[in-house]
Amino acid sequence: MPYIVKAVLLGLATTLLAGTAQAYTVYVSNEKGNSITVIDSETQTVKQTVPTGRRPRGITISNDGKSLYLCASDDDGVEVIDTATMKVARTLQSGPDPELFILHPSGNPLYIANEDDALVTVVDVQQNKVLATVPVGVEPEGMGISPDGKMLVNTSETTNMAHFIDTSSFQVIDSVLVDSRPRFAEFNKDNSKVWVSAEVGGTVTVIEPATRKILKRIEFQVPGVTAETIQPVGVRVTKDGKTAFVALGPANRIAVINGETLEVEKYLLVGQRVWQLAFTPDEKYLYATNGNSNDVSVIDVASQKVIKTIPVGEAPWGVVVSPN
Amino acid sequence: MAALLLAFVSVLGCDTARAAEPLEIHIGVITHKAPPPALYELDPTPEDEAAAGAGLAIDDNNTTGRFSGQRYVLDQAVLDKGQSPVEAAVKLADGGAKYLVVALPADELLAVADALKGRPVLVFNAAAQDDRLRGADCRANVFHVPPSRAMVTDALVQYLATKRWMKLFLTYGPTEADKLYADALRQSAKKFGLTLAAEKAWTFGPLARARSDSITQSDALVFSRGTDYDIMVVADEEADFGDYLAYRTWDPKVIAGTQGLIAASWHRAQDAWGSAQLQSRFFKRAKRTMRPIDYQAWVAVRAVGEAATRTKSADPATISTFLVDPKFQLAAFKGVPVNFRGWDHQLRQPVLIAQPMAIVSVSPQPGYLHQRSVLDTLGVDQPESQCHLP
Repeated sequence: MPYIVKAVLLGLATTLLAGTAQAYTVYVSNEKGNSITVIDSETQTVKQTVPTGRRPRGITISNDGKSLYLCASDDDGVEVIDTATMKVARTLQSGPDPELFILHPSGNPLYIANEDDALVTVVDVQQNKVLATVPVGVEPEGMGISPDGKMLVNTSETTNMAHFIDTSSFQVIDSVLVDSRPRFAEFNKDNSKVWVSAEVGGTVTVIEPATRKILKRIEFQVPGVTAETIQPVGVRVTKDGKTAFVALGPANRIAVINGETLEVEKYLLVGQRVWQLAFTPDEKYLYATNGNSNDVSVIDVASQKVIKTIPVGEAPWGVVVSPN
Repeated sequence: MAALLLAFVSVLGCDTARAAEPLEIHIGVITHKAPPPALYELDPTPEDEAAAGAGLAIDDNNTTGRFSGQRYVLDQAVLDKGQSPVEAAVKLADGGAKYLVVALPADELLAVADALKGRPVLVFNAAAQDDRLRGADCRANVFHVPPSRAMVTDALVQYLATKRWMKLFLTYGPTEADKLYADALRQSAKKFGLTLAAEKAWTFGPLARARSDSITQSDALVFSRGTDYDIMVVADEEADFGDYLAYRTWDPKVIAGTQGLIAASWHRAQDAWGSAQLQSRFFKRAKRTMRPIDYQAWVAVRAVGEAATRTKSADPATISTFLVDPKFQLAAFKGVPVNFRGWDHQLRQPVLIAQPMAIVSVSPQPGYLHQRSVLDTLGVDQPESQCHLP
């Protein structure tokens, strides 16, 4: 009975949202294509393909939607791309080999993982100035920031830890050991949980940020798929905290997890080696990059169904959606 | 000003290490001084082979150790010609090294292991591929990182079977190692249903090391005439003639085995699953590309580090138990976690199939199944193993 009520409410919400559906712009970084694919979320078609620096991976966008930030890692710098012209406006200092980053919720600074140097570099995006470097574990990658901007979580792939960094003192205040090769960190909007995926360990560890206590280590079992190919990377949690989506890499699935019970509810079949995920701001759609099939899967969040596959450039890696 | 701030933050970063004395873990590395290069050597063994890999892993362990209160120290012993590996090992152990990474031939490895028997010291084999070390000559205090010859030839033959290149022409060299490699190849061919169309001993000497102005033996050029086969497989661990075979077979056939298409734990062209990061860290430190023995030494030291972090212990008995626990999962840039087989202490791992400048495939090949782990389709499986550890 409660399930039906929920379904009806969800249906209602979908209808309401559909009524006010807005066209967003989706940007996909193609690691081997050295390009960004620009997709219109209303028509779900490719509008444009823009050449970039070498090996574009991490990608994010300013709060006003006017600037795209892109890690073009083989060139040591973060490119700032003007979304109106899709031209590189300037290059930010980044430290060597930037792979992934996250913006402070206020839009500044940018926190960058420098994979080769076991550092997190903090950059003021207005003044293009390095504010601090924070030594972390080997091969830092995943970056998550608390909604209030006070706590940064960085994951180090070879050290296998989630480092909790105080963003005012730039100090690592705690490190939580998780499973092998942690790739991504994502906070709940109410700051109650942080989700850390472990690619080689095949799990997602859910941690309470205030106490750094592990709430649960989520495991995955997909019928007909060997355990070794289940390699969680990207994680996204809905604003209400009720649902989490986890990209499972070469298992070619996205796991849908109940955000309250932390139980896996279903698996969505997507393209090959699915890595990163991004919601539209209204959370109507979720985009997933499929690195080996060179396409993006579009998921209807309310119905939890894959509704479309859009071909993009070679080896799509990151994805971000415009805020407006 | 920015520089000042930077320095300040770095100091603070160091302060985040645990206030308590860190747990110090000494790891010894034993290698031979690199032999003088052979007659004609394009790619000589670097002086720091194995030690460079171990050194990088010590750095990696220490970066992690900052957050877990552990400090790793590398104690190195480089053996001159005629110097006793046993004496060096005992000296390292007496000096506090409870883990020894050993890049030595099989007999020397066994002598070291036996000399340390009963002491709280674990030995990691970083170079020897002999199957007997994982079989009749296995030791409870030894863990093996290199894939055994059986694993290497199984990995290669699985790939050939996947390509349906089923008829092999085996060419083997005169050394004991060549015989062992040839035996492993025959065994793998039998295991995966391939046939040996021909078998010939190479009797023309080290032609791959001959200068272009030396005499070419005409017999060597007609050596493979008159046989119907799909691919030539070569057993030449010293690389004396294997590289001579390509483009000199009677029919236009490809070469695999110890030369041509090879199977190995590591390769400089490997860049999938984040390997590019390990390759670039290694290159920055050693100023050269990472070789299989470097990688194997890296894995050995990282295995100790990972087990010590997870168990919060530096005790060899605790580490030894944890290394064979299914919960031990080392991320070793092979796409799946690697761990040690309980019955023979061999590292369970994917094996790369590569040609000189590129990765061709990774074994196990799709479709080879196993009730425990597909990785156990490579090498001697538990029921056939002659190793019976206590």
